[in-house]
Amino acid sequence: MNENNLYTVSIYTENNIGLLNRISAIFQRRHINIESINSSVSEIENVTKWTMVVGLSEDQMKKIIGQIEKQVEVIKAYYHTEDETIYQESCIFKMKSDLLFDERQIQNIIKESNSRIVTVNKAFFVIEKSGRKEEIDLLHRELTVFGILQFTRSGRIAVTKEPMEISKMLVAFNQ
Amino acid sequence: MDTKAIKKEANNTQTTERISGSEAVIKCLLAEGVDILYGYPGGAIMPVYDELYKYQDKIHHVLTRHEQGATHSAQGYARISGKVGVCIATSGPGATNLITGIADAQIDSTPMVCITGQVASHLLGSDAFQETDIVGISTPVTKWNCQVTKASQIPEAMAKAFYIARSGRPGPVLIDITKDAQFEEFDFKYEKCKGIRSYIPIPKIDTDSIQAAAKIINEAKKPMIVWGQGVSLGEAEAQFKAVVEKAGIPSAWTILGAGAIPTSHPLNIGMVGMHGNYAPNVLTNDCDVLIAIGMRFDDRVTGSLSTYAKQAKVIHFEIDPAEIDKNVKTEVAVLGDAKESLAALLPLLEEKTHPEWHQKFKDLYAIEYEKVIKDDLYPTKEGLTMAEVLKEINIQTKGDAAIVSDVGQHQMIACRYANFNKTRSNITSGGLGTMGFGLPAAIGAKMAAPEREVISISGDGGYQMTIQELGTIFQQKVPVKIVVLNNEFLGMVRQWQEMFFDRRYASTEMTNPDFVAIAKGYYIDAQKVTKREELKDAVAKMINTDGPYFLEVCVEKEGKVFPMIPTGASVSDIRLE
Ligand SMILES: Cc1ncc(C[n+]2csc(CCOP(=O)(O)OP(=O)(O)O)c2C)c(N)n1
Repeated sequence: MNENNLYTVSIYTENNIGLLNRISAIFQRRHINIESINSSVSEIENVTKWTMVVGLSEDQMKKIIGQIEKQVEVIKAYYHTEDETIYQESCIFKMKSDLLFDERQIQNIIKESNSRIVTVNKAFFVIEKSGRKEEIDLLHRELTVFGILQFTRSGRIAVTKEPMEISKMLVAFNQ
Repeated sequence: MDTKAIKKEANNTQTTERISGSEAVIKCLLAEGVDILYGYPGGAIMPVYDELYKYQDKIHHVLTRHEQGATHSAQGYARISGKVGVCIATSGPGATNLITGIADAQIDSTPMVCITGQVASHLLGSDAFQETDIVGISTPVTKWNCQVTKASQIPEAMAKAFYIARSGRPGPVLIDITKDAQFEEFDFKYEKCKGIRSYIPIPKIDTDSIQAAAKIINEAKKPMIVWGQGVSLGEAEAQFKAVVEKAGIPSAWTILGAGAIPTSHPLNIGMVGMHGNYAPNVLTNDCDVLIAIGMRFDDRVTGSLSTYAKQAKVIHFEIDPAEIDKNVKTEVAVLGDAKESLAALLPLLEEKTHPEWHQKFKDLYAIEYEKVIKDDLYPTKEGLTMAEVLKEINIQTKGDAAIVSDVGQHQMIACRYANFNKTRSNITSGGLGTMGFGLPAAIGAKMAAPEREVISISGDGGYQMTIQELGTIFQQKVPVKIVVLNNEFLGMVRQWQEMFFDRRYASTEMTNPDFVAIAKGYYIDAQKVTKREELKDAVAKMINTDGPYFLEVCVEKEGKVFPMIPTGASVSDIRLE
């Protein structure tokens, strides 16, 4: 058996209702947990891009990509290793405002972690950070000691180091 | 059906006209060449039914007795004709009753378009009367589906539905249409779908892989072919036969591949899989090259994957890229349509005969004949065997009939012993193994191919799952021949209980009704046979009857189907007793 790796899956699709169902069912049927999922517009007009992170063996990954590409509304699906992508996650923390003034350390943490204060009011302030999972984990650990009121983290978004062939394919279709 | 009328209709659709969504549905069907559909009405689909009433001279609606029957009839229609089968149902329970047939069509790659009515769009998601999320429910078992909430979306959805259902690897699609969209009027114009940018139905053939495949085949000492339904779905029978004959390769079929070359062809070495023939199963683990054509290495075919054809180089001809390396690793994958790839392969092949290799198949056949086939076909003990019924049918139909089987022991016997002279003659539920498939599928098959003898073969269990379709047969006057092989058991399960559960027959014994009386209750001519001496005349009577006919044959109660590969065992460990 292959060891499981973390893969970033990029799926280019039509923007159709119901596709989330179809794609998630492919994972569900095989009892595979999706670590994170993001769906948004892409660099191509009218094409949606999905970024998913899953932990799988490469063999399984190939089969899953085959099943995903088989869906009528999927234009193209790719999978990449950590080394082949540049990726970011983003997170926000809500904390009590008093902390900003009482705990000098917090200011340092914000500066050193390259995070950003989004808003401050009497009751709370909000910090935002984008980065790699480990950086966000670190920030989370550092802030936990002061008490976090709310915390949310986005799914991974990623681009590949190599060019994606998708645009060429679409041009070919339109000819 | 007046085909001229359809053509005219199709041409008319180029100009726009203001019509309702439901009339548009009918016009789309006509433009796609549909002349028959199977279904069941109800509140949410009534506007479409009202239009069907108006168009009944152009399109024939068959009222089945259950929506499951409608799907299986549409499947039977599609399987024998290669055309898209169409069925139609109302929302809620009507729609959910389609699911078994849709799942069956999906796994057996059968082109089907299902149209369901839905509650009005303002009620969606409100748990309205007879609302179910049929698009959600059917997603895992359809090739594609969609919900239409505006009349103007109907033409494009229908055009896509037919294109997707029939192109590439075929499959079922479902279109759910809200009731308000059926009533709404709009400017109708129909254009057939010619392509979808996200969908490549047939992958491009790559000549390198064909050359690589040819080289391996030409160098093979012990090559073997296993072909599946892809050959007939791709209408590649002629190209396939030419390849088999030129390269002289022993060729075995999966259950859905049956008939692509006739049973009697000298290079046809029988069926592979759990209840397939001895030689092709055993020699799968002996061949040096295994050429898979239009098949998907189902676990019923491969048995244990860890021992399956490990010594062989595997070449896989396949239209669906997701099938490559899914279960069995290939040396060479040839993607594309079977007809084109086999045609391209043919000139690269060397003429061969492989006599010694063939002899191995013959030797093993002799063993299977002695241990299994002889007693099945020429039994000496009391009690009719299922196989001798098939033998009699073979003789009297000269092997030209289309055999539509249900699921169980009789199915395996039918596939093993029926003579298939013609392609598209074995209509059975392969991947899903759906009891209740046989009778309604036979209705669709006979309606699609009235010139063919269509014989439905069921067990007493499966027959009773859709027995109400006798009503459809009677109302529509479909001259199918119905054979029930009655062993008063859920035979296949009983066989497993006997072999693997210490003969504990938990809920497999069946107390049956008077089947002949039931058939006669539906005004269908019927007869029951209990003795060997009666069989020949009874089959003759059945074949010579013009209308539908029901024949019950009481067979031995505890007969078993052999050979058999127990679940998880290796194909070469196939058991003869
Ligand atoms: C809808 C459905 N339910 C249950 C089964 C499991 N099953 C497979 S074969 C079989 C017995 C079939 O009995 P019968 O129709 O009498 O045919 P026989 O095996 O006796 O020829 C059963 C219950 C199935 N395949 N399909």
